[in-house]
Amino acid sequence: MSAVKDPNLNDKNWTVKVRNRAVGALPPDKLLPDGVPAYVSSWIYVFGVLTLAALVVIIGSGTILALKGPGWWHFTGIGHFFNSIHLWSVELFFFVMVVHLWGKYWMAAWRGGRAGTWITGAVTFLVAVPCALTGYVSQQNFDAQWISTQAKDAMNSIGIGSFFNLTNFGQMYSWHIYLLPMAVVGLVGAHVLLVRKHGVVPPFELPSARAADAAGDGGDVVHNEAPLPEAGASATTTEGAPS
Amino acid sequence: MSRESRKLARKRENDYARNWKGPYRSYDLIKEATIAIGVMVGLAVVLTILFSSPDDKPSTVQQWARSTPADFVTTAVTELDGSSGTGGYGPPYNHNADGQHIAFLYPQKWLGVSHPIDTAADYVINPLREINGEPVTQAAVSAYLAAPAKLQTAWTDAYTKALANATPTAGGSALTVKPGNYGPVPIMMNSLLQYAQGGGLDGALVNSTQFYQTDYTKPLLFMADGGVLSDRAQTQHLLGEQWGMMNETGSFPGQTWLWLYTFWYQIKPFSTSDNADILVMAVMGVLSLAFILIPLIPGIRDIPRRIPLYKLIWRDYYRGLADPPKAGA
Repeated sequence: MSAVKDPNLNDKNWTVKVRNRAVGALPPDKLLPDGVPAYVSSWIYVFGVLTLAALVVIIGSGTILALKGPGWWHFTGIGHFFNSIHLWSVELFFFVMVVHLWGKYWMAAWRGGRAGTWITGAVTFLVAVPCALTGYVSQQNFDAQWISTQAKDAMNSIGIGSFFNLTNFGQMYSWHIYLLPMAVVGLVGAHVLLVRKHGVVPPFELPSARAADAAGDGGDVVHNEAPLPEAGASATTTEGAPS
Repeated sequence: MSRESRKLARKRENDYARNWKGPYRSYDLIKEATIAIGVMVGLAVVLTILFSSPDDKPSTVQQWARSTPADFVTTAVTELDGSSGTGGYGPPYNHNADGQHIAFLYPQKWLGVSHPIDTAADYVINPLREINGEPVTQAAVSAYLAAPAKLQTAWTDAYTKALANATPTAGGSALTVKPGNYGPVPIMMNSLLQYAQGGGLDGALVNSTQFYQTDYTKPLLFMADGGVLSDRAQTQHLLGEQWGMMNETGSFPGQTWLWLYTFWYQIKPFSTSDNADILVMAVMGVLSLAFILIPLIPGIRDIPRRIPLYKLIWRDYYRGLADPPKAGA
């Protein structure tokens, strides 16, 4: 689908330019597809959407904890319950994200102009680490005391202790509930849009196909037009998220 | 393979992967995302019901002074003479050292002192000055401050040695040491001990000049200079040599994603270096950059092609290539 251009609007209209560019890059059927390439047929594809789902649970439980304040979970059962949900959703988030990353590595998912997708995913993992760390030091318990006094030396050694002081609860709480989550959500958003724009990386071309092509009987390079079951006919066994 | 042919092969690989022109199958993105959220909520609830989450109460200066008064006073003396960990730390707390460095890189020093801590004043002198109705204590503080630095050091050195054999009085509100030339230091320390045992020092150490405060840097560094935190950490297997950075109290998984960061602290030269933290951060910085830039790094980006786990991932696709469905089947 291409962007509709209104002839009555000036080409210099910034809003029109941005809209045309956005719709051109990600038309609605690409942004919210109802089909995936037939090769998307493995449990490994599920871990991308599970990472997103865990992030939703983290943000939901974190929002409840933030609404009630940082001390609430220490003295109420329901508060402790939501803190536990928050903790375990973080553990699940990292677990499924690491599996997702390994899966994408072994697919060499950066092929075909998808380096940006890999990079945004990798940076998301790296930003999620201090996001979790600031949560641990914001707990207001012995874990927070111990982790903050141990980890401060690494931050101080590279000179960032002035604005990332792990022993300053107020500062860490701000990083944890606002600054770093904003970064994670922004990166995840960019990552998902890149996945939607470029699609899920196709399988490797088999060496035998390359050799046949080199010998002159392989036709052109687009071997991925090979016959596969039509939509719904299903050599596929598992639905998976194209992420 | 020549450089040119490798370049051509990579171009072919990228062209091949750029656009999929084969068949699609039906897929419901919103439905799958909804199911995934349901699964994650379910898993988190089950794990919560089974394991809950740790919440060991924090240590306080008051508890420390009551439970191990000798350790509290010994630490306070090191704060008074500046020989504590914080006293000789350097930036961002003071100028008493340059901090860690790699070769000519001194980022800790370059970024300067952002959280100034004068250990003698902040941990001992100023809190003692806040105690009202104790003229003996105030006279002892004045006498200490009026003494030459050399004499102050002689008093604190002698008192530190004597503390090794100190015995608490009944109730533990003071320490008794063998007679010696300690100047006013024992009076100051016993007053500070009683102030801490009463809970006053916890409030006095909070780093703020206004009513609201959220910065616990001073009390945390004070407790970290003593044994109150590390003793608890050791029993919970949280010390640095016990991979403590990634663990948490109890049998919870903790920050397992920090395993590589924590790993470096377990091996030489990091485990024995005075610059371990900046060295580990540098190594992790390089590794993180490499992780981000894998698509651009020859060799590492080629491993997935050479170790063909992809044949397992896309086994249905390759099976379809080998055995295409017959027309009308």
